[in-house]
Amino acid sequence: MPHRTFISFIWPSALAMMLFIALPIVSVAVQSMFIAHEQVIETVENCGPFGCKTVEVVNAEATARLRTDEPLGRFNGAGTYTNRNHLAFKEIGLALAEATGPVDFFGRILNLPFYKALAFTLTYTFIVTPLVIILGFVIALAVNRIPGMFKGPTIFFSLLPMIVTPLIGSLVLFWMIDSKGIIGATLQFLFDNPDLSLKASTTLTWLTLIVYGIWHSAPFAFVVFYAGLQTVPQDTLESAMIDGASRWQRVRHVVIPHLMPLAVFVTLIQLMDNFRVFEPIIGFNAQANATSLSWIIYNDLRGSDGAMLFGSAAATSMLTIIGVCILLAPVVLRTWRANRRAA
Amino acid sequence: MARKSPIWLSVLSLGFLVLWLALASVPFLWTLWGSFKVEADFFSRQDWRNALFGMRTLAETGATSTGLGYEGAWIKEEFWKATINTGIMTLSVVAISLTLGTLGGYALSRSGFRYAFWILIIALVFRAMPHITLVSGYLLPFFELNLWGHLTTTIIVMVAINQPFTLWMLHSFFQNIPKDLDESAMVDGCTRFQAFRYVIIPVMWPGVITTGLFSFLLAYNDFALTGLLLTEENRTMVPKIASFLGNAQEQGNVMYAVAAVVSATAPLFVLVMFFQRQIVSGLTAGAVKG
Repeated sequence: MPHRTFISFIWPSALAMMLFIALPIVSVAVQSMFIAHEQVIETVENCGPFGCKTVEVVNAEATARLRTDEPLGRFNGAGTYTNRNHLAFKEIGLALAEATGPVDFFGRILNLPFYKALAFTLTYTFIVTPLVIILGFVIALAVNRIPGMFKGPTIFFSLLPMIVTPLIGSLVLFWMIDSKGIIGATLQFLFDNPDLSLKASTTLTWLTLIVYGIWHSAPFAFVVFYAGLQTVPQDTLESAMIDGASRWQRVRHVVIPHLMPLAVFVTLIQLMDNFRVFEPIIGFNAQANATSLSWIIYNDLRGSDGAMLFGSAAATSMLTIIGVCILLAPVVLRTWRANRRAA
Repeated sequence: MARKSPIWLSVLSLGFLVLWLALASVPFLWTLWGSFKVEADFFSRQDWRNALFGMRTLAETGATSTGLGYEGAWIKEEFWKATINTGIMTLSVVAISLTLGTLGGYALSRSGFRYAFWILIIALVFRAMPHITLVSGYLLPFFELNLWGHLTTTIIVMVAINQPFTLWMLHSFFQNIPKDLDESAMVDGCTRFQAFRYVIIPVMWPGVITTGLFSFLLAYNDFALTGLLLTEENRTMVPKIASFLGNAQEQGNVMYAVAAVVSATAPLFVLVMFFQRQIVSGLTAGAVKG
């Protein structure tokens, strides 16, 4: 296809991506280096019956005018990146100097908002992704054994956790694990502990979110693996059987190698999707015990603590984007090398 | 397979499958059933069977099930508005992203130059961007240009965010359509556009429908964009449900949220029921083509 025709076909799509994906990344990068103007302080002389004294007051009008005139704020360089709410260099330095041991050190670091969110995001990503693959594979093997007429309904119900809106799916589970909901109340009864609550402790909150993540994503892995199972070469399976391979050996040495490329694909998609974990934290109302990178950006942009913190949100966004690139680099490189070898 | 599997394996596998199906479906059935009860039944500390038989619902309303939650959500809290907004948004997003995506995906599948590969790789990187990081790029410019809050803005943004995925998907579908088809049309004197219009469009619908389903799901399920880019009256269903949670402490409001959640899930149920095969083939298309 000549270049001209190619461009005339692709320009609407390319323009959309340019304007609303590439440009916003630039906008994020710029915004991250600015912060809102400080309040305009004026020195006013206050005269009363006991003489005059000068006081400093905030000129609200001038502050508002300055902030509307220059919405971007003032230049702050890398200041936002290094402050307490982001990379917190000073606090880390302090922790390094003062900490009594590694436990104390990590305890201090994990109290900083960015590292707290990063810790949860990474834990979530690296626990959910492998478990999703294993669970999806086992479901696929199990579904593959049942008679054909049951397969349709089984796939229908299996798809639900993935298709349903993440916020809604997490709310549905949240209501069930509520201390007055069916699962929450049953757990209290089973453990004979009326104060048991999955929302109260950090560990249990993390566990809940991870279980939700596996529940939500397992259907995806299942469907992909199930489709892959339909194309497992029957001859290889049969010759393995003739050679006396056990059931497990056939799965291990024929089926799993056949599904390996699919597993790479599922891993790639899952890493991308789990790294942006966000809705379940809202749905489970878990922000007290678990925050993710996406959630702290949302929190800044919502202006929950007063004004909207564009600079702060932008800095976290940049760090998140860098995180995504690091996360994807090995997978992309691998695919690229495989591609080149194939070509 | 010729050999019969041992009985314990069959039992184990079947048991596991039943357990999984229960985990996957019971939460939704439970919530559907519970949405017709009052809060004291749905959240019943003493006895979970209350939610099944609606003992408190009977005491409070005179029947074992009630539509109070739905009435509150749809009429009092105006959930119908959010439903209309979601309808407008999802349909526009699907229509626009498929139009752009088919053109782009077709070009990518037929180009044969190296840059087509790179465009796909860039699209993959864009696909990996958490949506909320892009929102933090939009917000300030949108406020300044007075674009913030409109449904139209959100639709355009969502189309753009949807493009990388749509391009990948349609690109792999178009690669499955033999090149000879449109090239022989061009040998017969068609231009590239005519070949696309008269030869490719008639055969592309299975791929387009599958891709459309996923665009629909992305727009329908989104919270990161809709939660931050829409004004209160332009809210779609998902941010509307999130807003119910803020004032959930008030008596009865939780049941509004439960009713709204069930209402928003219903279309997805229907969708999976009718398009199960397309969804499965779409999920696997990306994987098989790599």
